Amino acid sequence: MEEALNLDLIGAGLIIIGAGFGLGKIGSAAMEGIARQPEAAGKIQTAMIIIAALLEGVAFAALFAV
Amino acid sequence: MITFAAKFGGLKFYQKMQQRNFLKIFIACLCMGMSFTTVASPAIQEQHEEQEQHAPTESGAVDTREEVTEYIQHHLQDSYYYNFFSDGETGAHYGFPLPVILFDDGLKVFSSGVFHHGEEVAEIDGNYYKLYHSKIYKTDAEGTITYDENGFPANERPWDFSITKNVLIMLVVGLLMMFIFSSLARSYKKGALPTGFGRVLEPLVLYVRDDIAKPNIGKNYRKYMGFLLTVFFFIWILNLLGMTPLGVNVTGNIAVTFALALVTFVIVQFSANKDYWKHIFWMPGLPVPMKIILAPIEVLGMFTKPFALMIRLFANMTAGHVIVMTLLGLIVVFRNWIAGPAFLGFTIFMFVIELLVAFLQAYIFTLLSALYIGMAVEDHSDHHPADNEDIPVI
Repeated sequence: MEEALNLDLIGAGLIIIGAGFGLGKIGSAAMEGIARQPEAAGKIQTAMIIIAALLEGVAFAALFAV
Repeated sequence: MITFAAKFGGLKFYQKMQQRNFLKIFIACLCMGMSFTTVASPAIQEQHEEQEQHAPTESGAVDTREEVTEYIQHHLQDSYYYNFFSDGETGAHYGFPLPVILFDDGLKVFSSGVFHHGEEVAEIDGNYYKLYHSKIYKTDAEGTITYDENGFPANERPWDFSITKNVLIMLVVGLLMMFIFSSLARSYKKGALPTGFGRVLEPLVLYVRDDIAKPNIGKNYRKYMGFLLTVFFFIWILNLLGMTPLGVNVTGNIAVTFALALVTFVIVQFSANKDYWKHIFWMPGLPVPMKIILAPIEVLGMFTKPFALMIRLFANMTAGHVIVMTLLGLIVVFRNWIAGPAFLGFTIFMFVIELLVAFLQAYIFTLLSALYIGMAVEDHSDHHPADNEDIPVI
């Protein structure tokens, strides 16, 4: 029981690392896009939020599986 | 959309509101929510059991950590009693009982006060019911709960349509929305400018229309505006109420988000055109073996989209509530002058983030619903004009 619990927590940690990495990439790409084309900021932001939400959904699904 | 409400709801008074599609969808959600709020959560139940045994330590004092955890878990669950706060020392509860509606050899309606917070067995028309971990079980006169081999109660559970705390809040929010939006609609009869609170709502309604519905759905967006507006405001108001000390946690209940996602699923499937189904079962422009491989994946995709909607809203709100309450609980656990202000600061920080998340989740849910509807109603005639399926597009 004790050991299984620890493995679960390591899994949860890995998920968070993955999700954090993914969100960082989305954020940096969106920032770059906005910096290059400030007039497209609104569209980029919407697309960014959609992708971030999808990523978050996957991360949460994985966390709940843990 | 009228048929959707009829399918889910079966409420008599939906017919009176035929002009307001979004209300019907809302009521449909409500009914679904009501029927599914009683789904048991084994993990929480097990932990809970453990804690109840350990909570009072041998000296008779209550362990603060255990108490905080138990408090958070109680907050996350639905209940038959609207509890504002409890006095841990005297065991007194301050709140009011809510009606219990059971369907078990006939309709039985009684107040949840008869359970005395699970301490007593209720006798209703010769049947005995006991409240055990926030669920109602049918028992004998002594209230014996028998367990199966996995440690779950094996007692029979009656059909439960009770007005629980979550259902009450949903009804209140529904009535509130009915009131504020009908007054907004009425104010347009008097002139072009809305009056009173309508001035706050108008830009939000326009935002949903211009930034969510129009770009994602396309020219037939008007048909879906009712649903999108309802979902947006329903989720947002509930999320914001969750930030108040009323102890509301409706959108953090997977049954409620399931009902909301199910409505999106049904609307998407019923408004889909033939291109949507063609792209699912026989993807145009691909070699035949690939089509056979893609069909099951696309069918799975039909279900994973609303599933992700459900999980996203539920998990975000649950996680937010747990974080805020845990940080607040840490103040009580540490009880010193350094940790107190530090955790207070963290709590305020998280609280402000949660206000953002409350809006963001309502926005995301609406946006993705609009996106899925848009995918289903999209007109594909412009991207493969010849419709020559045998030429692979690589």
